[in-house]
Amino acid sequence: MDLIASTSLAGLKGSLDSTNVALDTLWVVAAAILVMFMQAGFAFLEMGFSRQKNVGTVIAKVVMNFSICAVVFWAVGFAFGFGAGGSILGYTGFALHSSDVAKDFPGLAFSDVGLSAKWWFEFVFCAVSLAVVWGTTLERIKFSVYFIYAIVFSAIIYPLIAHWLFSGGWLAASLGSQDFAGSTVVHLTGATGALAVLLLLGPRRGKYGPDGKPNVIPGHSMPFVGLATFILWFGWFGFNPGSTLSALSSTGANGDIRFADIVLVTNIAAACGVLGALTTIWLKTRKPDIGMACNGAIAALVAITAPSGYVNPWAATIIGFVAGIIVVLGVLAIDRVLDDPVGALSAHGLAGIWGTLACGLFTDPTLAKLNGVGQGGFVYTGSLHQLGAQAVAVGASFATVFAISFATFFAIKATIGLRVRPEEESYGLDMAEHGMWGYPEQFMPVPGYEYHQPAPPAGRPAPRPAPVGLGTSEGVP
Amino acid sequence: METIEINKIEAIVRYERLQDVQDALDEIGVSGLNVTEVKGCGRQKGYTEHYRGSQANISLLPKLKVESVVPAEITDRVVEAIVAAAYTGETGDGLLFVLPVSEVVRIRTGERGVDTIRHKTPAGWGY
Repeated sequence: MDLIASTSLAGLKGSLDSTNVALDTLWVVAAAILVMFMQAGFAFLEMGFSRQKNVGTVIAKVVMNFSICAVVFWAVGFAFGFGAGGSILGYTGFALHSSDVAKDFPGLAFSDVGLSAKWWFEFVFCAVSLAVVWGTTLERIKFSVYFIYAIVFSAIIYPLIAHWLFSGGWLAASLGSQDFAGSTVVHLTGATGALAVLLLLGPRRGKYGPDGKPNVIPGHSMPFVGLATFILWFGWFGFNPGSTLSALSSTGANGDIRFADIVLVTNIAAACGVLGALTTIWLKTRKPDIGMACNGAIAALVAITAPSGYVNPWAATIIGFVAGIIVVLGVLAIDRVLDDPVGALSAHGLAGIWGTLACGLFTDPTLAKLNGVGQGGFVYTGSLHQLGAQAVAVGASFATVFAISFATFFAIKATIGLRVRPEEESYGLDMAEHGMWGYPEQFMPVPGYEYHQPAPPAGRPAPRPAPVGLGTSEGVP
Repeated sequence: METIEINKIEAIVRYERLQDVQDALDEIGVSGLNVTEVKGCGRQKGYTEHYRGSQANISLLPKLKVESVVPAEITDRVVEAIVAAAYTGETGDGLLFVLPVSEVVRIRTGERGVDTIRHKTPAGWGY
């Protein structure tokens, strides 16, 4: 009788366990799909802030980058980032080859989901970080630059920082630096790459007048920017809450499931970011700027990314609101010297730094204990220790990413070059780089018309091969 | 000196007055017109664009150019009709020019002269 009871109890526990794994896996895969969709958000954000002649190239770039990242991060990036090894870099599990997953990927052993789900989740993070890089480069960079840097970034740059903070590397394990979902790992890393390329690339033609004063180059679609903002906001509910890597983990308080708490914290911060940005820009210019409102939401989402698993909702209101202020002041200040069309340096860089440091101020000690990283923040403990650990994480990540990225872009600049030629830039990257318009009917002579293949009717001159100064060295006919 | 038989009227008007201008011209039997989107400046000057905390002065404003070629004898009526229809009283109502035209050819038939542009109610026209 006892034997039968214990057997069926064991059987029951076994099937409960496998149900738990299935639930966790379902959540992690679904959350990562939300994060994957953020690629559409980045695409629309960049297109909205570009002019009509430079929209198609953004689509080609986002699609290609995501694909390069997928292959490279599968082959080597994931092993460097999350494999076992030193506190600097992992080196087991290349191409996900592993006979013992817990041993080869110790940094992710806390989650019971399978290796495929773990890879998929970490990969979409790497892809987001890479997408952040290109926000500063719109309308003038060569398409081939994307290809080269994407490989370096997915193979080594992102995995390095991810290892340090997400996978038991020296920042998380030795210093206790907290970064729940990647204010530093994902966003500051991306923005630092964006700064490195921008310094070598220079501003768009005409952005600064002869007197050095910035000119206005309005993006072609604020509706795109708005759509992008909501896609990113939507995707962030996979980004932060999914970083539990578990559907079932609970804070223990009131039996709450953790990821729902993080949804709440994330959303409150984003909302306060919009309000912070709108307030700031209204006080400065008496206009509720459309792009700034959207940047406010994104900056706050970036800022709450690191603290989302460590802070309570009251702190999220402050983190979000301050991020909204930072992004507006940052965009206004940076615009005077650096041409950053989408505001990536402010929304991902400055807000990423603020979010990471905010852990040192607002981390709830019980949540720090639950995550097993670091300790409570200044307002709970009165100690600046955690803030110091956060500052080291920011400084070390920034310096490392900047050094490798700058070297990579410097090498590209010295060999194939970073920028398209001036006349190509004036003409637009869609035509100069891709040979086709993103919006053909805006530019081709007759809207709604069909166009012949080259073979000209007898007696007519052959069509001109390329617009003035493009494609060939012959120049003007 | 040769008498002028045909005039071309060019009116720069506000976008939102176009329908009224067209209705007024229909009423007095103007046979055709062309409408072009144009950008220009005059006494109205431009406006200030606010973009991400910066400002830009946009000096050229979008207007419509309505062109019609009409027989000389109805020119005054057409001018009066357009002015009345395009009027709002605010700065920026636009300008109207009258230019002499030396010849008109209907491409389909090769027909020439002022009769080419005299109004005929098309067959099957609704009212």
